[in-house]
Amino acid sequence: MAQLTMIKAINQALDQELKRDPKVLVFGEDVGKNGGVFRATDGLQADVGEDQVFDTPLAESGIAGLAAGLAYEGFRPVPEIQFFGFLYEAMDEIVGQIAREYYRTGGTKKMPITIRSAFGGGVHTPEMHSDSLEGIVGQVPGLRVVIPGSPYDAKGLLISSIRSDDPVVFLEHMKLYRSMREEVPEQEYTLPLDKADIKREGTDITLISYGYMVQECLKAADELDKEGINAEVVDLRTVSPLDEKTILESVKKTGKVAIVQEAQNMAGVGNQVASLIAEKAILSLDAPVARVSAPDTVYAFSEAEERWLPTKDDIVAKAKEIVNF
Amino acid sequence: MTKIDFNDYMNQPNMKPIQVMNEKGEIVNQDLFPDLTDDQLVDLFKKMLWERILNERSTKLNRQGRLGFYAPTAGEEASEMGSSYAMEKEDFLLPAYRDIPQLIQHGFPLDRAFLWSIGHYMGGQIPDDVQATTPQIVVASATVQTAGVALGLKKKKSPTVAYTYTGDGGTSEGDFYEGINFAGEFKVPALFFVQNNGYAISVPRRKQTAAQTLAQKGVAVGIPGIQVDGMDALAVYTVAKAAREWAVAGNGPVLIETLTYRYGPHTLSGDDPKRYRTADEEEEWRKKDPLIRFRTYLDHKGLWNEDMEKNWEEAVNKEIDAAMEKAESAPQQKVSDFYKLSYSEIPESIQAKIDECEKEGK
Repeated sequence: MAQLTMIKAINQALDQELKRDPKVLVFGEDVGKNGGVFRATDGLQADVGEDQVFDTPLAESGIAGLAAGLAYEGFRPVPEIQFFGFLYEAMDEIVGQIAREYYRTGGTKKMPITIRSAFGGGVHTPEMHSDSLEGIVGQVPGLRVVIPGSPYDAKGLLISSIRSDDPVVFLEHMKLYRSMREEVPEQEYTLPLDKADIKREGTDITLISYGYMVQECLKAADELDKEGINAEVVDLRTVSPLDEKTILESVKKTGKVAIVQEAQNMAGVGNQVASLIAEKAILSLDAPVARVSAPDTVYAFSEAEERWLPTKDDIVAKAKEIVNF
Repeated sequence: MTKIDFNDYMNQPNMKPIQVMNEKGEIVNQDLFPDLTDDQLVDLFKKMLWERILNERSTKLNRQGRLGFYAPTAGEEASEMGSSYAMEKEDFLLPAYRDIPQLIQHGFPLDRAFLWSIGHYMGGQIPDDVQATTPQIVVASATVQTAGVALGLKKKKSPTVAYTYTGDGGTSEGDFYEGINFAGEFKVPALFFVQNNGYAISVPRRKQTAAQTLAQKGVAVGIPGIQVDGMDALAVYTVAKAAREWAVAGNGPVLIETLTYRYGPHTLSGDDPKRYRTADEEEEWRKKDPLIRFRTYLDHKGLWNEDMEKNWEEAVNKEIDAAMEKAESAPQQKVSDFYKLSYSEIPESIQAKIDECEKEGK
């Protein structure tokens, strides 16, 4: 099995799905000849042709609206929003239109659309190119918000997303694109879109996370292990809908939980997880629910990025605090 | 045969609006008289009369509390029925909230249109053989979607077009520009109708843009833009039919501005036109009424008379009564219905909520 970066795993998934189903269309800004600014679509246009992989004019609402229109005509669009900070430009088409369509039409029109976008921080971009806006879309009924935390998950989750008849916002953390490699099978495979994954089993504390922070949690777990603390790492994989069962089972087992997200706290995914635990597992806890997140400010100016983003050390410190509560 | 060469409108759309039949019901441009048989002319008029009656009845039903949201259409019958009469069954329609008459003419059942107004999910259920979306509420959101539908039609090599409507205010939206620009760039078969009825709720057309016409907005994106007398059904039909042929032939989209007027308020949810327009202005537009001129024309040709009008009114009223009765017999909606309609593949956590609702009878 090949060791792949996440960007390669995504590229492979797109390539295989384009070839498997001629109704799959990949489009957006710079995705054609240029292969995307991150090269996620590298070589795809040359491989399957311009009919299936094409550049669009520079307009995010237009791109998302194009996807909705193509879905009405029976296609399976996989548009790219180059950076998720540009979500706001496409907000009506994604949230006001695509997410509501199945509901609005009483179940008669499906929107099998996968909106891919680069998100997250830590890579020193200009403003609006780094952010964690999953909470905004996570709040929207009708959307699935999928966030892979590793190359293997990225491929399986992306294939499942493309094949899903429901709209998916598929968020690719920029720092994960090339920072790690993992064994990724060459053949196609799918992963469920409503199941979290236990990335590491443990008994003393549950670390719940998603996206790049899963990797930081795994590093934290290694360090905690040296100090005799056995941490379990739960990767949500789909932040909406949440896999309540896996979260609750893990928390009931360990009795301690730290929720780790790169996003700011306010009205975010972590809060939803925390309230779920408060509602359904509070009597299993023997310490307060802990949270590790970015501060509740606008995303940091890049000079201060490393100090603003949560890190492995923050997770280790918080986990110890809870274990020793 | 195409009677209008849209190449002429590619870079100079500010020509005189197309008119075929004047306010007196006289044919003023025989060259552009549509290829319609006498029966078809009567059929088109009947649809316009149907729309006028539907408007009156819907307004009353709203006042009685039997219908909900409703955007009056009186005054716009030539613009709406004239354009949709050129639509083929397989064409794809993306209507806005004032375009429910076209949606029904395209095959959407009237009782579902009533349910849509009442606020019921069954009012959004599109039959399999109807190529359309539900009425768009967000102004110009459908413009970008229309580019997508039309791109899909082009990819499928389908000899059909995507039809969409917005108003004068809609042309100020960013989505309007994005949609016509995408459609132009992809050279797809799309017809963008702008029903310029003079007001976006209360804001007059002149306050929307410094552009001389709305049709000229096509110039910026390289597509033809044409103005038509929106109170003249024959002119609207001729332009729509020609534009459809142009688009199906692979020449790309067309922007059509119909100059029309709504007699009633923006919607029945509290708008009072007296606050922003004069009785004199309304009277001037009433003189241009699309039904009066068409009726006069047909009457002179011996194709229409009072008896026919009376019989048709009765038939339409019966159709409306039956549809309303059917709409009112729809089952009450449940919270569990809404969960079920959130995802076509129901996630585990949502299924748990459905089970909970059903247990509690919600």
